[in-house]
Amino acid sequence: MKNLWLILTRYNAFFLFIVFFGFAYYLVVQNNTFQRASAVNTSNQLVGAAYAKINGWKSYLYLSEDNALLAEENARLKEQLQRVMAPDSLAQGTVVDSIENVQYHYIVAKVTNNSIHQKNNYITLDKGRVHGIRKGMGVISASGIVGIVLNVSDHFSTVQSLLHSETRVSAALEDSKAFGSMTWGEGYDARVGMLKDIPNHVKVRKGEAVLTSGFSLFPPGIPIGKVIETGISGGDSFLDIKVELSTPFHNLQHVYVVDDLLAGERTELESQNENNG
Amino acid sequence: MAKIFVYNAVRFLVLVILQVFLFKNIGYYNLATPFPYILFILLLPVGIPNFLLYCIAFSTGITVDAFYDTLGVNAAACVALAWARIIFVRITLQTDHYESYLTPLWGNVPFRWYFLYVSVITLFHHAVLFMMETFSFHQFHYTVVRVLLSCIFTVVIILLFSLLFYRKKQR
Repeated sequence: MKNLWLILTRYNAFFLFIVFFGFAYYLVVQNNTFQRASAVNTSNQLVGAAYAKINGWKSYLYLSEDNALLAEENARLKEQLQRVMAPDSLAQGTVVDSIENVQYHYIVAKVTNNSIHQKNNYITLDKGRVHGIRKGMGVISASGIVGIVLNVSDHFSTVQSLLHSETRVSAALEDSKAFGSMTWGEGYDARVGMLKDIPNHVKVRKGEAVLTSGFSLFPPGIPIGKVIETGISGGDSFLDIKVELSTPFHNLQHVYVVDDLLAGERTELESQNENNG
Repeated sequence: MAKIFVYNAVRFLVLVILQVFLFKNIGYYNLATPFPYILFILLLPVGIPNFLLYCIAFSTGITVDAFYDTLGVNAAACVALAWARIIFVRITLQTDHYESYLTPLWGNVPFRWYFLYVSVITLFHHAVLFMMETFSFHQFHYTVVRVLLSCIFTVVIILLFSLLFYRKKQR
């Protein structure tokens, strides 16, 4: 301590210089726009360059993991190739729902392209117009709803996934039957959606199932997900409910396109309402 | 003692006023701009305590900055100047000198020492000043040229000032 003090007094010129100069430097950087900008820029460049270097090194560390992943993918692709090569007669058939008085007609399709990480996600299916798919049909999977057919070509169709900022599906709560519209909501987690426009007075239970209401393209009672969070208030009189989606969007393989045989008749009837109104 | 204080106060006022109203408008393109106000810090008594010297240098710099709209640039340069001055005095003067209240003005000190004193410290001040102003090493040679030309300009003006107030050795 004594020695430190001795050093400080002996070289006080230098230490005082550091203190005063540091203060002046601080003033310069704080109060002059140009100097501030360039100081921040320099540090940003430094940080950026450092990160780039570190990432370069890091990528080497993960090489073996990447290799394993690629090998795995290769194996999977080979398997798929085999399946494509062999004629698949099963996937061509349609599943007829006789319980619902054959209002709905299901067409099995395979997902050929899928994304979950965009703000607006789309899915491509390997069935198209020749298989009976039309624009605006609903798409479901074995465990839940997937989306709405957006565009159709002869042999392919694109689906506007539920993970899309514009997608709205009429949905109802299992117990109270209160209905609202199902959206992706916050739009970054492929496993979580948002049920909107449920009135405030409805009692919502955590874990309660959310099903399709049957008011839109989907048959009623198709599972959408489970309520995981209830208390989010979206405005004055409506609840925003977080829903854990039951469809595994990240590994979607086979889906069913729902052909509502009576949809034309219904829309025609409903359009008359609008005309009168 | 009181005389020294008054002299320095008057010097401060005159030099800063000259700097901000006259020398601010003088320059050889953008290459040479004189800053003779540092003569005030140069002429502070030799035996002034370090801390006081730094405080005075800093506030002088801030005062000039206020008129130049470059808060901190001149202050930083003046603080650097104060440091250079302390080192220079410690190296070149004997102990009994740098504990006296001698004003290091030509006439009190030999011309050669005075000239070296002024030019070395001015160079140091200008180097810091222009580096702080440019704030990058981009076109460094341009900055160096500015420093050197401004340094010559300032030293000439300071020597002219000193000539004005030159008196034969009083000691």
